[in-house]
Amino acid sequence: MERETGAREGLKGWLNPSKIGKFGIERLAWLLMRLTGLGLLAYFIGHIYETSHILDGKAVWDKSLEMTQTTEGHLFLALVIGMCVFHTGNGIRLMIAQMGYGIGKAERPDYPYKPQSINMKGKACIYATLGMAALAMWYGMAVMFA
Amino acid sequence: MATIHPKLSDELSQTVVSSTKSVKIKIKRSNPNVNSEQKFDDFVVPIEKWTTVLDVLLDVKSHLDHSVGVRYSCRQASCGSCGMKINGKPGLACFTKISELDSDTVTVEPMDNYPVVRDLAVNMDRMINNHKKVMPYVIREDSEIDAESGIREFLQSPENVDKYIQFSSCIKCGLCNSACPTMAMDKTFVGPQALAQAYRYIADDRDKGKNKRLKVIDESHGIWRCHFAGSCSQVCPKGVDPAMGIQLLRGYLLGIRD
Ligand code: HEM
Ligand code: SF4
Ligand code: FES
Repeated sequence: MERETGAREGLKGWLNPSKIGKFGIERLAWLLMRLTGLGLLAYFIGHIYETSHILDGKAVWDKSLEMTQTTEGHLFLALVIGMCVFHTGNGIRLMIAQMGYGIGKAERPDYPYKPQSINMKGKACIYATLGMAALAMWYGMAVMFA
Repeated sequence: MATIHPKLSDELSQTVVSSTKSVKIKIKRSNPNVNSEQKFDDFVVPIEKWTTVLDVLLDVKSHLDHSVGVRYSCRQASCGSCGMKINGKPGLACFTKISELDSDTVTVEPMDNYPVVRDLAVNMDRMINNHKKVMPYVIREDSEIDAESGIREFLQSPENVDKYIQFSSCIKCGLCNSACPTMAMDKTFVGPQALAQAYRYIADDRDKGKNKRLKVIDESHGIWRCHFAGSCSQVCPKGVDPAMGIQLLRGYLLGIRD
């Protein structure tokens, strides 16, 4: 019998909320990065489609703009703002870390073996990014619902 | 006739009487070679302040149900055999005290992202294969055994040792691979264990095989699949910090860091 070596946990390993409790804020940032990346991609495609209506004349263009002039539309746009800010901020953190900066320096490990790559600088960046995304959403809603 | 080995049986049945506390251990049972049934068996076992999860499992095996499948060897966080999910988080059974878990019930399950052999024991072939793939040894054309001068050494400064010694603490327990979200979805990802070991040899100035090794990891299911969720480093029991090794290696590959 051929031995199965490729067992995987699957989507549960991504979406199970208990993972975030067990693996910390960095795991939440990872999940949000995926979700906002995909969300922005979907928005981007929808956005190209919506703005392509400009080719169909003013009446059609005005009508397509009205789609987001509702309460649900405003909430949707606020979500897009939040996704943009989080994805950009966290993306910059990741690019810096993934070039090998801000993750500590290799040294002789000593008990209790605290990993240096999971540090306060990174956590502060994640919290700041979440805060900025919330602030931008709040400001956006204040303008849209004014 | 008396018992054949009175000493041995005495030892086996020796449950510490001073113990006033106990813990309920829920063990996930399955035997995929027989059927697909999965269930939890519960046992109550006396504990002390110093009792580890492995102590509890061995107590269950000695006194309550000897058929529990668990892999272990050193009992001191050195051999890397006893990795399992303890209350949902990957950890070494012999390195996790019941008292530090702060709960009356402890649930143990086999590690995620590995096929189960039986109960808590998993098949680690994939990790070992990937570990081999990154050539975890110093690659040199010349040898430490020299025909003319006899045995010589590849000298190295203490500063150069510091660059990789952290990563050489890896005991191949596989906890990092079971915590990694990329491993959860990607069947062919090299995984944090092997990537950290690739960096361990690339950071070693005696090694002359860097390009060979980089070719193995610089591919579509190699290093670029790491998204720095950091979960590998959260669970590593030896301070290897594989996530650090991977990002340093990426910096090296990008030509930004040396
Ligand atoms: C200045 C703006 C942006 C920055 C700095 C940025 C940065 C990044 C980075 C660094 C990653 C890789 C994350 C990782 O390693 O896990 C990423 C992933 C991704 N981005 Fe962006 N991005 C930006 C804008 C966008 C936009 C506008 C879209 C959609 C049209 C988008 C879609 C995605 C997708 C789908 C992923 C894959 C998700 C993932 O790997 O987790 N990004 N982005
Ligand atoms: S890097 Fe750490 S968690 Fe991963 S196999 Fe090695 S010792 Fe275990
Ligand atoms: S028994 Fe060896 S690491 Fe736990």
